[in-house]
Amino acid sequence: MSYRKIFFAVMRRDLQVAIQRWGDLTSPLMFFAIVTVLFPLAMSPEREVLRGIGPGVLWISALLATLLSLNALFRADIEDGSMEQLVIGPHPLALIMLSKTFVHWLITGLPLIILAPILSVSYYLPASGVKILCLTLLLGTPTLSLLGSVGAALTAGLRQTSGLMALLVLPLMLPVLMFGARATDLAADGFDPTGPVYLLAALLVLAISLVPLASAAAIRISLD
Amino acid sequence: MKIWNWIHKLASPPHFYRMAEFLVPWFMWPAVLLILIGAYGGLVLAPPDYMQGQGFRMIYFHVPSAYLSMLVYVVMAVAAAIGLIWRIKLAHAVAASSASIGASFTVLALVTGMVGGKPMWGAYWVWDARLTSELVLLFLYLGYITLRAAFDEISKADRASGVLAVVGVVNIPIIHFSVVWWNTLHQGPTITKLDNPSITGDMLWPLLAMILGYTLFFVAVLAIRVSGEVLTRESRSRWVGEILRAPGQIGVK
Repeated sequence: MSYRKIFFAVMRRDLQVAIQRWGDLTSPLMFFAIVTVLFPLAMSPEREVLRGIGPGVLWISALLATLLSLNALFRADIEDGSMEQLVIGPHPLALIMLSKTFVHWLITGLPLIILAPILSVSYYLPASGVKILCLTLLLGTPTLSLLGSVGAALTAGLRQTSGLMALLVLPLMLPVLMFGARATDLAADGFDPTGPVYLLAALLVLAISLVPLASAAAIRISLD
Repeated sequence: MKIWNWIHKLASPPHFYRMAEFLVPWFMWPAVLLILIGAYGGLVLAPPDYMQGQGFRMIYFHVPSAYLSMLVYVVMAVAAAIGLIWRIKLAHAVAASSASIGASFTVLALVTGMVGGKPMWGAYWVWDARLTSELVLLFLYLGYITLRAAFDEISKADRASGVLAVVGVVNIPIIHFSVVWWNTLHQGPTITKLDNPSITGDMLWPLLAMILGYTLFFVAVLAIRVSGEVLTRESRSRWVGEILRAPGQIGVK
């Protein structure tokens, strides 16, 4: 089988499984929405305050929503034994992990990007900021999913993982958060956000090329 | 071939244990001596700084701690990688023992940075690039230690935490440069201690003595901790029994 065929076969199968478990898909989205509601209530509903914290809040909420969804990333595959079959199978595991992570992004990251412009209205983000917010989320959330896949693979065999997962992956995710929020901030203030956007793209390319190897090694260890 | 035999002999736990027992004093005493000399030179002999007065003397503790906090992570990651690739158990023991030493140096660097920063910045904490990346480094160490603790089986803990250490060491430069970039964008240049381009000789030599002393101290503590780790891991083997039953040891009834 060619690499492309393997990639799409895994992707099709994972998408079919994911659509059957609709509840798992929507909960990160709801989480994203509810967290963004908390900040105006806790801090201040004033326009200037919300305009200042908006990019950061939206980015942190997206990051936490991704984090929340990570626990389920490989759990079902491990419970029904299909992950074990993929590990002992002849196909390159890193490619399979990349495909699985891509599906994870499709069902959690992509909806966040669609929801983000609607939520950003409540933070009075100008149109230029909304555009860059969507662009940075588009470049940043796949990196978050990839980094998260390492954490999910490392903790796949453990029972209690939620706190551990945050400790493992959040430090690695910090650069994405910094560049994403800063680019949105710059664009909203009318400055040129090209620099951090390029850096986000660079991080994405780096993550796509290296991280699947690490998560493949991690899942091998977890299933051993 | 010869070098492989030598590495295998070195990596065998009983041989390592005996060698560490012999080498620890050879590292520990020079370390203590260098740290005492460096502390005297830094705290007493060096002239007060033109800009910062006496407050700058904290660098004699801050810089070596910060330097070691990063060096230890690299040592840990390299040891973990060796353990993963060549399946050498001793390398995993080195990685596992490094983590808490590295975390301690990181805490020390943070505390000395905060105390030393107080007179200069007027606050214990500012989001300075170095302090921030040091804080992130602490979280990386804590993640590693927590992940190890989550596994019951030691060989699994070794390999899983090894993957994390390797991923972390690739990320450290990325995190560091992101924080530097974010910091320069956010606030004006702060007074940083090492950017001082001209440092006079009588200020510099105590610092070098401290750095070397701290490094030797790390090697000595690492050797002690790895010996303990090896004893725990090999507690069922015969050579550990022989060591514990030897005269003068705690295991004797």
